[in-house]
Amino acid sequence: MTSSASTAGLVSPLDAEAIKADFPLLSRTVRDGKPLVYLDSGATSQKPRSVLDAERDFYEHHNAAVHRGAHQLGEEATDAYEAARETIAAFIGARAQDIVFTKNATESLNLIAYALGNASYASTPQEQALALSPGDRIVVTEMEHHANLVPWQELCRRTGAELAWLSVTDDGRLDISDLDAVINERTKVVAFTHQSNVLGTITPVATLVERARAVGALIVLDACQSVPHMPVDVGELGVDLVAFSGHKMLGPTGIGVLWGRASVLAALPPFITGGSMIETVYMDHSTYAAPPQRFEAGTPVAAQAVGLAAACHYLSEVGMSAVAEHEHYLTSLALSALQEIPGVRIIGPAMANDRGGAVSFLVDGVHAHDVGQVLDDRGVEVRVGHHCAWPLMRRFGIAATTRASFHLYNTAEDVHALIDGVQAARKFFGVA
Amino acid sequence: MQLESMYQDIILDHYRNPVGKGELVPFDAEVHHVNPTCGDEITLRVRLSQGVIEEVGHIGQGCSISQASASVMVELVTGRNVTAALEIESAFLDLMQSRGRSVPDEEVLEDAVAFAGVSKYPARVKCALLPWMALKDAVLRVRTEEPTTHDKEK
Ligand SMILES: Cc1ncc(COP(=O)(O)O)c(C=O)c1O
Repeated sequence: MTSSASTAGLVSPLDAEAIKADFPLLSRTVRDGKPLVYLDSGATSQKPRSVLDAERDFYEHHNAAVHRGAHQLGEEATDAYEAARETIAAFIGARAQDIVFTKNATESLNLIAYALGNASYASTPQEQALALSPGDRIVVTEMEHHANLVPWQELCRRTGAELAWLSVTDDGRLDISDLDAVINERTKVVAFTHQSNVLGTITPVATLVERARAVGALIVLDACQSVPHMPVDVGELGVDLVAFSGHKMLGPTGIGVLWGRASVLAALPPFITGGSMIETVYMDHSTYAAPPQRFEAGTPVAAQAVGLAAACHYLSEVGMSAVAEHEHYLTSLALSALQEIPGVRIIGPAMANDRGGAVSFLVDGVHAHDVGQVLDDRGVEVRVGHHCAWPLMRRFGIAATTRASFHLYNTAEDVHALIDGVQAARKFFGVA
Repeated sequence: MQLESMYQDIILDHYRNPVGKGELVPFDAEVHHVNPTCGDEITLRVRLSQGVIEEVGHIGQGCSISQASASVMVELVTGRNVTAALEIESAFLDLMQSRGRSVPDEEVLEDAVAFAGVSKYPARVKCALLPWMALKDAVLRVRTEEPTTHDKEK
């Protein structure tokens, strides 16, 4: 199939140019007056005016410590925070009481790993059932972000459990040929990404869930790159715990989400302890609040929650199916145009099916850093490096890739700017 | 265009024809350094003789800046005593941390002055410093461990 055939007839349901106008930062220039072409939303997204306004409005009119004190501002702040919880939960098809606010996805994943570790010192039989011991297994994949790998390595180290992983095929898909052997009877936790931040690959969640259920393992999904880019209904996924970050989905930094099946959250012991997460406190011991409060120690991230709720409103208004379709359109354009450039190799699925808008590639004879530098000089901002997935780089025998990643505000012109920049890099380094 | 201020011809020339690229045998110390933000790596070996850097060899994956920096460094330090080499290292470190604001001393740094433009890009400073950090580590190891030359007999 020729690339023109594979992208012919593709259209986007969105007017990305109009959407762009809602994002103040996207109208600025960089590197001496060059219009900004922002292709690094996989790292963090830009924010629409409505999100910035929502945070400002909270601080200007309702700011107070949430869930503490009985004055009017305290009530308003608490209402704003809990209303935000409702909105954000509804965005992923969840109930408000089943989502926990954290600092980011990294903290959400660590919360799970540390709570499971704490189950080893459990006080209830419910908690004890979650404890890991030597011979137990935790299964991850070779395409995980360090955030969904290192916490599990550490949990293995603390409990004596062993880490096993599913590998990645040459074309960047998850290799499930040995699924039954890797997820064995001793497997207690299966933790994997919904969509790779490097390859763009969407993993076969249902297949993994089926096998993990068969052996009774707890299922943890890193939804950092899926919730911002496609419709996600946590109930339909069939997993137990889902982690994602607000800042990648048009929301502020400083807030992450952990969704948990009610029975799982109820069984998990706390991770961070202190104020707001207690039921009663004595000098020598304490008892803890029900979820989600049990996992939200300290003064909560109220303004961030309000901002993230505004981001969910924005995304819902556009429609997550339309966002996914638009990104599919951009991804198809980018994949076919990149592959027409001699010496460019896609790291990840070369076709746009079952993959999202993170497009990693190598340029023969030009290191990713140097590709990135030439692009930056032209105002095109991409990510270069190992993308916090060092073992995945090693799997492909490389040190770094250049990664372009899209969001709803990117246009076909942005893709063209990327392609022109890659051509310019080849020319500059004398490989064209 | 700003690109040329970073990618001086000296840098591009060294990148295309690097000096000291390859596995050095025999050697007195070997170090492996990585840049954890980008994954670039260098394995560097040195051979000293009575406090003088006789030879430096390096292998690894890296961008044009780190590769060229290693090459320029090998040219600069080969044949110098360790103290003099570390003085150059220190001058280079100062230059790279200057964010484009210092006037490099060409007497000391020679071809390495070409990296002045790189110092304006904080994300790339570590690329330029990677081989120098490796060299410093390697020569100090030889100094502190009594020299036991590897493979010298072979
Ligand atoms: C797949 C994936 N998982 C986890 C993370 C960690 O997210 P954060 O850095 O917001 O905690 C990221 C983003 O950096 C990611 O892309």
